[in-house]
Amino acid sequence: METTTTTKGYQPMEYKSEEGRLKIFGFWIFLGAEIVLFSTLFATYFVLVNQTAGGPSGKDLFEIHIFATETFLLLTSSFTCGLAILYMRRNSMKGYLIWTIITLLLGLGFLIMEIEEFAMLVEMNAGPTRSAFLSAFFTLVGTHGLHVTLGIFWVIGVMIQVIKRGFTPVTSRKIFMTGLYWHFLDVVWIFLFSTIYLLGVV
Amino acid sequence: MKDFLFNFKMPEHFLVTGDPLIYGAQVSIVLASLAILFVLTYYKKWGWLWREWLTTVDHKKIGILYLLASLLMLFRGGVDALLMRMQLSAPNLNFLDADHYNQIFTTHGVIMILFMAMPFLIGLMNVAIPLQIGARDVAFPALNAVSFWMFAAGCMLFNISFVIGGSPDAGWTSYTPLAGNQLDPGPGQNYYLLGLQIAGIGTLVSGINFLVTILKMRAPGMTLWRMPLFSWSTLITSVIIIFAFPVLTIALALLTLDRLFGFHFFTLAGGGSPMMWANLFWIWGHPEVYIVILPAFGLFSEIFSTFARKKLFGYGAMVYSMLAISGLSFLVWVHHFFTMGSGPWINSIFSISTMLIAIPTGVKVFNWLFTLHKGRIEFKTPMLWALGFIPVFLVGGITGVMLAAAPADYQYHNSYFLIAHFHYVLIGGTVYGCIAGLVYYWPKITGFLLNERLGKWAFWWFTAGFNMCFIPLYIVGLKGMTRRMYTYPAGLGWETWNLIATIGAFGMGIGFIILVWNMIYSFRRGEKDTTGDPWNGRTLEWMTSSPAAEYNFAVIPKVKGLDAFHLMKKERAEGRKEETPEIKPIHMPKSEGFPVVMSAFMFISGFGFVFEWMQIGAFGLLGCVITMIWRSFNDYDRDYYIPVEEVKKTELAAGRRV
Ligand code: HEM
Ligand SMILES: [Cu+2]
Repeated sequence: METTTTTKGYQPMEYKSEEGRLKIFGFWIFLGAEIVLFSTLFATYFVLVNQTAGGPSGKDLFEIHIFATETFLLLTSSFTCGLAILYMRRNSMKGYLIWTIITLLLGLGFLIMEIEEFAMLVEMNAGPTRSAFLSAFFTLVGTHGLHVTLGIFWVIGVMIQVIKRGFTPVTSRKIFMTGLYWHFLDVVWIFLFSTIYLLGVV
Repeated sequence: MKDFLFNFKMPEHFLVTGDPLIYGAQVSIVLASLAILFVLTYYKKWGWLWREWLTTVDHKKIGILYLLASLLMLFRGGVDALLMRMQLSAPNLNFLDADHYNQIFTTHGVIMILFMAMPFLIGLMNVAIPLQIGARDVAFPALNAVSFWMFAAGCMLFNISFVIGGSPDAGWTSYTPLAGNQLDPGPGQNYYLLGLQIAGIGTLVSGINFLVTILKMRAPGMTLWRMPLFSWSTLITSVIIIFAFPVLTIALALLTLDRLFGFHFFTLAGGGSPMMWANLFWIWGHPEVYIVILPAFGLFSEIFSTFARKKLFGYGAMVYSMLAISGLSFLVWVHHFFTMGSGPWINSIFSISTMLIAIPTGVKVFNWLFTLHKGRIEFKTPMLWALGFIPVFLVGGITGVMLAAAPADYQYHNSYFLIAHFHYVLIGGTVYGCIAGLVYYWPKITGFLLNERLGKWAFWWFTAGFNMCFIPLYIVGLKGMTRRMYTYPAGLGWETWNLIATIGAFGMGIGFIILVWNMIYSFRRGEKDTTGDPWNGRTLEWMTSSPAAEYNFAVIPKVKGLDAFHLMKKERAEGRKEETPEIKPIHMPKSEGFPVVMSAFMFISGFGFVFEWMQIGAFGLLGCVITMIWRSFNDYDRDYYIPVEEVKKTELAAGRRV
């Protein structure tokens, strides 16, 4: 079943096998479902954003320097993740590893900041059980954070497989899919950043 | 840490006690399980079970597993229904008490929709779709197994509730605040949330799988516009699943957070919005009813055209009407709560969008009728179910339009008129479709023909019983009887009708028993289907032997038009020479153990969270993640080739030319 649908003679390795093409396509559809998932969470957030039950609102809680740094870390990590894939295409193991590790560190930095932010809020008696607004906030941002956590494990897992097996149609497909996932989380964050944090502080 | 690990809060009653019905159930469950374990061990069948069924990734076998599970659930949901009908057969009965009745209508509704109708149809998709589009399997066979086992785990979790911990009792809609912690503490409602959550993962994965399969794996020559209608309906259903199920996932997750961790999404106390549950639930829930009707429409289309010996009338219109229905299905959800104060504007808009659905649906009904027109109709059992569907679905549809008129709905809302309406569409549409599909594909699934005489008996008992059960319910609904009431006083003019309804329900039960008997009988005495094409079919699935070989097609067929197999047979009859293409080694996926292991962990996790034993819940999730990581590291050499010799041998054994 090795039909080729090459564009101008070049085809990246992850697209070379039928299986690779199917899995990548399926993963795109999965991301579509993820968009619905996050959209629903956004909707619940906006339904409840003013329901603070006498507790603090976003204005009282969000700190620009925290979420700006978080944004910076995650956006940069999306760029470095793109670089890692570029080096994979060039068949450079070293480049791939360096940029993947940088991506992971940036992601980890983001995650640590988010956890600290959450801990701080809980300490200020602004945890998720305080009000409907905070429930929605923690759930939406936390769901994104959980995705990043899983993403970090996934990227590490794939990296180990790549170190063991080199770039093959299977491993390069995996790299490519983790890349898609990582960019997707970045896009979701842009929406979180602009509609929750920015709108929250103004 | 120690506190976390060893803190097992016990609900008041871990095992449900106090009701002789439930004691009986507990004893019989234990006995049945022991018997199964004994038989498997005694006949040394464990290895067989593991190799052939638990680890299979073959879509045909997974389809059979789905069908078995859904028939079992049809039985369980049916017993629930009969218990309710017995309680309501006369006024002031105390056969079930109020609590028990609440639990039973809840489990009945949930089981029938999520654990019977949907898996039944997904099972038929598994059985037929790859064959129908000329593929060797679905796009992701291992994920297909994950789908089934996730569904199975969720289903089992939900089903054990009635003996361990108590069943959910806030209705299949589980509206907040009724379903919240304050009014409904304890494990029951948690079972609802976690059982549906786990099964929902499986459904979403199925949706993705079938979408990719149909878009990417069709045989050469089969353009979208040459696809049989069951494939079209599956494609469209998959899209609906992908858009609708994440909403359910979120709704369930949020209510779980409320109940287990004290969040305030739906609790008024912290500023939450109970109404948000109704919205989220129905944003998923209305598309869900189309998820269970569109595949049935697809099956009816196949059956009408096969047994009328004609091309389907208005193929394009059939597809476009399904597309229209799928779009509209997301725009009507408010009609489930016209009476909850959305205001005249919103009600009017949703009233109109709801009525609009009647148009594409009407188009479909007329196309089916025109397909029958001047056809040479053969009254085989699948056709009987299809023909029976049209009038009953019409009744259900017309009463649906009545309910869609918002002002009138203030009268009908939550009465037995509504109950009768949705049973007319769910039974008359979905269940008739499932049974029609089952008897239509039975020879393909098993290689045996069903007995036509028994099949007709089953159909007539079921149809007579069904109408006898639900026509009276329309009437008592108009006389003011509301749904979910466990008993009623005498003297309101409801008695006779209720008694008739109960008798009718038992008639349906007899129909079901005859159906199952026919299936068992066909294994013992049934005629063998040696041709693979018992109905003179028109689509590719009838080209394979019955049952199809594990690789489906020795050589992938070339499709030259709509009703591809019909065309081939015509060409053959006209004596056109056939090329015999060369058989090549066939690429197949290996069996996989991880789906069933992962789902077992999911079950453990769900069970832990139901009783708020967070450590067990976390342990299960961790097991699940570790299984996934293990699978990712072993994602190599997951396939093999069947050599040409073996393919030839199999084909010859099935009486095929090679
Ligand atoms: C075997 C024949 C059936 C009978 C006799 C039957 C009977 C009933 C009865 C008596 C109720 C409860 C009415 C109430 O007290 O409010 C009910 C509710 C319901 N039934 Fe059925 N039913 C049957 C089949 C089905 C099927 C096949 C489906 C779905 C595919 C279904 C879906 C539902 C749903 C969703 C509810 C609402 C549950 C709730 O109120 O939460 N039923 N049915
Ligand atoms: Cu609806």
